[in-house]
Amino acid sequence: MSVFETVKEIIVEVKDIAAEDIKLESNFEADLEADSLDIVEMIMLLEEKFDFEIPEDAAEAMKTVKDVVDYIEKRLADDNT
Amino acid sequence: MKEKTALVTGSSRGIGRSIALNLAQRGFKVAINYYNGGNDAGEHLEQAQEVLQEVQTMGAEGIIIGADVSVAESATALVDQTIEKWGRLDVLVNNAAINQDQLLLRVSDDLWDLILKTNLYSAFYCSRTAVRYMIKKRYGRIINISSVVGLAGNIGQTCYAASKSGLLGLTCSIAKEYGARGVTANIIAPGFIESDMTRQLPAEVSARMIAQIPAGRLGKADDVANLVCFLATPEASYINGQTIRIDGGMSI
Repeated sequence: MSVFETVKEIIVEVKDIAAEDIKLESNFEADLEADSLDIVEMIMLLEEKFDFEIPEDAAEAMKTVKDVVDYIEKRLADDNT
Repeated sequence: MKEKTALVTGSSRGIGRSIALNLAQRGFKVAINYYNGGNDAGEHLEQAQEVLQEVQTMGAEGIIIGADVSVAESATALVDQTIEKWGRLDVLVNNAAINQDQLLLRVSDDLWDLILKTNLYSAFYCSRTAVRYMIKKRYGRIINISSVVGLAGNIGQTCYAASKSGLLGLTCSIAKEYGARGVTANIIAPGFIESDMTRQLPAEVSARMIAQIPAGRLGKADDVANLVCFLATPEASYINGQTIRIDGGMSI
């Protein structure tokens, strides 16, 4: 499963919205109506799923789905090198 | 109901013990926590074992977990161990507390730290760990045992009162933050409850205390435990962020 698919799955779990409404460019607050707690919860689930910690400043910088996907892909790539 | 689990901090004796037993009687699996630091650790463990035996006699399930809830790592491990054991945590009762009366003028920094850490920090540590788990399950009950002293203050009890009223802000904030996730947080503020401490009071002091209580008697630990049991149920889902006094009407 691609990172985007996994992230989508987690957003669906937290926000209970249709997967097809989640796009890479979706903004958490503006498009997905996610509040700060939704985002914290999503980060928690991502940390469990990928088995690494996401620091507070990195989490705060995540405004869109793409930000999350890029961050995770970069972390996974870093771990493999 | 059978599979619901509860952790009661400081449940080897006193009100905590009664809470653990009453929850067990109503079908909860209970984690019994005792203070495993200090010189009396052995005695506390024995008391916890007695509580466990009573729980098992009722046909309920329990475990004993020693911890020092005033220390972050220990409090966190306590909650984690409960979840590991049963795979869930539905109810957290922050009950562990100590008191040492002293006029403000004579309160040392160490005494203040000790009482605040044991009574207030402990609830923060345990709640922080438990909430993380509870919001995922969209269900949780956090019940913090405060005191009428936390609402009104008392001579000689600056530390105790401050710690117990600190629970108020903690509880209401948890209630607001996680109410939408099926997690509720409430406070029980007991008045004068029969305990080892009140039993040692001179007769005239007891009589004076009782004279202020419309119920005409001291409360029993079970009076507190009965409310915990109700707040712990799904039926109490719309009660959130409340402080409920169990004081026989003393404060009205």
